[in-house]
Amino acid sequence: MATKHTKTLSRLMNLPAIGLLFIWMIVPLTMAIYYSFQRYNLLKPDQRGFAGWFNYEFFITDPAFVAAIINTIVLVGGVLLITIIGGVLLGLLLNQAIVGRGIVRILFISPFFVMPTVAALVWKNMLMHPIYGMFAEIARFFGGTPIDFFATIPLLSIVIIVTWQWLPFATLILLTALQSLDQEQQEAADMDGASAFAKFRYITLPHLARAMTVVALIETIFLLSIFAEIKVTTNGGPGTDTTNLPYLVFSRALQHFDVGGASAGGIIAVILANIVAIFLIRAVGKNLEA
Amino acid sequence: MGNIVLEKVNKCFGDVEVIPSVDLDIKDGEFVVFVGPSGCGKSTLLRLIAGLEDLTGGKIIIDGVDVSDSTPAKRELAMVFQSYALYPHMTVRKNIAFPLKMAGMDQAEIDKKVEAAAKSLNLTDYLERTPGLLSGGQRQRVAIGRAIVRSPSAFLFDEPLSNLDAALRVNMRIEITDLHKELKTTMIYVTHDQVEAMTMADRIVVLQAGDVEQFGSPLDLYNKPVNRFVAGFIGSPKMNFATGKDAEEFNAHEIGFRPEHMTVSTTEGRWKGVVSVAEHLGADTFLHVKTENAGTFVTRSDGELNINYGDTVYVSPNTDKIYRFGADGLSL
Ligand SMILES: Nc1ncnc2c1ncn2[C@@H]1O[C@H](COP(=O)(O)OP(=O)(O)OP(=O)(O)O)[C@@H](O)[C@H]1O
Ligand SMILES: [Mg+2]
Repeated sequence: MATKHTKTLSRLMNLPAIGLLFIWMIVPLTMAIYYSFQRYNLLKPDQRGFAGWFNYEFFITDPAFVAAIINTIVLVGGVLLITIIGGVLLGLLLNQAIVGRGIVRILFISPFFVMPTVAALVWKNMLMHPIYGMFAEIARFFGGTPIDFFATIPLLSIVIIVTWQWLPFATLILLTALQSLDQEQQEAADMDGASAFAKFRYITLPHLARAMTVVALIETIFLLSIFAEIKVTTNGGPGTDTTNLPYLVFSRALQHFDVGGASAGGIIAVILANIVAIFLIRAVGKNLEA
Repeated sequence: MGNIVLEKVNKCFGDVEVIPSVDLDIKDGEFVVFVGPSGCGKSTLLRLIAGLEDLTGGKIIIDGVDVSDSTPAKRELAMVFQSYALYPHMTVRKNIAFPLKMAGMDQAEIDKKVEAAAKSLNLTDYLERTPGLLSGGQRQRVAIGRAIVRSPSAFLFDEPLSNLDAALRVNMRIEITDLHKELKTTMIYVTHDQVEAMTMADRIVVLQAGDVEQFGSPLDLYNKPVNRFVAGFIGSPKMNFATGKDAEEFNAHEIGFRPEHMTVSTTEGRWKGVVSVAEHLGADTFLHVKTENAGTFVTRSDGELNINYGDTVYVSPNTDKIYRFGADGLSL
């Protein structure tokens, strides 16, 4: 877009799409903002009216709110950490010339195509179930006591399931980045006497930084709104141990039928997500410039 | 020290034999240039010496030590790549310092060496920039800087100037020659460029299909090519060839004569022909003369020549500057 003319033209051409997206976003958002200031509980439909900041106050002071924030951070942070580290390692592995590389790659990518609900059900009933699950079977085979995953380590179990789903994505992106690593740079480093570790540390890792931030950005957007896996496995429990922000909003809206409170929660979630997004986009932008 | 000996070096990629068997003895401090047509194995041979490719057979001996199975770092050679292969995330300073850092040298020492190298290569003002912000020539100098700081026993260059424009190429050519005079370290230099080969080399290796055709000084190659291939390859414009009756007259299967060893006349000469291309370069004039029955010859005469496209001319070779070849292509 070099000249002024092409700039104006491209803006004009973009307008319909941007307009549509804007309406798409602004209508539900306005409605949510409107309801968040309303006293509106489906169980008490007669008590409607302006509520001021009450819904926000109520949502934030709920002890479950703090728990939900912490759980969300642990969930997002944990999955990000494992998928990025695991993705780099698997990417390095898949980038080697191993036999049947094509098949192995497809096998690695496949979890990404499994629906979250299905994945969670499979994990819950076939793998992590304390009686019928495969892990329990393995534990018994070695003479150990099976772990009741969702009772003893509920949040970690969710992290494991979500990681299983997102690891392929991270691997795929990082593998692509690895493949674009300049061969001659590696050879130059060989000549310079760099060990395998030094090459990884000083050449591969900086090269992957950009791909890593992209993975982090995209994953964060999706991980902030994890819901199906929690609903299917733990229902946010035990207690509030696995309740994250989206699940808390859901439970406000459809378990307490508190439309006003749920809307307030939704708006808070939107604000928090935007703060995170701004930071991430900055980070990515800085990486893209470099 | 940098005496490099290749003994029966052989390299296959799978079933394809790229280098059948090469023997070379490169003396300490020599500037050796590998030339040859594209795909003849110049880069492969250089990479074998560097240790970036494994030998299929034979031996490489550096300063009396068999390094055939040593890693690249152990051979203490430095290489400058065609694409420069600078580390894009590091500043110029860190790029140049990298091999020293890998060698575990202490920081004060590293700084001193990097500053010295940067100074000699006119890079001092650019030390804190990343390679992405440098021009082609500057990048090339950084690559050279990274090579010289480690004081290697020999430098390997793989077409280092081919990404630069003509003027810069001339400058860098002179800089590299100066560097060689100053350091007196063995250099092996791969190039496509005739002029680079002739001007820089102490000795030239002419390769064809992985075989060494001739190994000698530039003027040896020019004056006494061992065979038709070397004769045709060295010199620009290329040597002209004639067979049949013309060759028999000189008791040869084929004769060759260089463009600069031909006389052009408008009145008389050995072959009559029509000028199909006339290149007036100012100092020189190249004529492509399409003769009636001996093929097209290129001649080189001085710039004043007033002959143009379509003119009829007579060309003749200087009989004392004729190269004679047998049926097997070898010089007689
Ligand atoms: N890794 C490889 N696997 C298979 N064949 C290869 C490999 N590298 C090079 N070759 C082949 O070896 C031959 C010599 O290649 P090389 O790169 O040494 O040529 P070169 O003389 O450097 O050519 P150029 O002047 O074009 O750079 C070519 O025919 C090439 O196809
Ligand atoms: Mg090459």
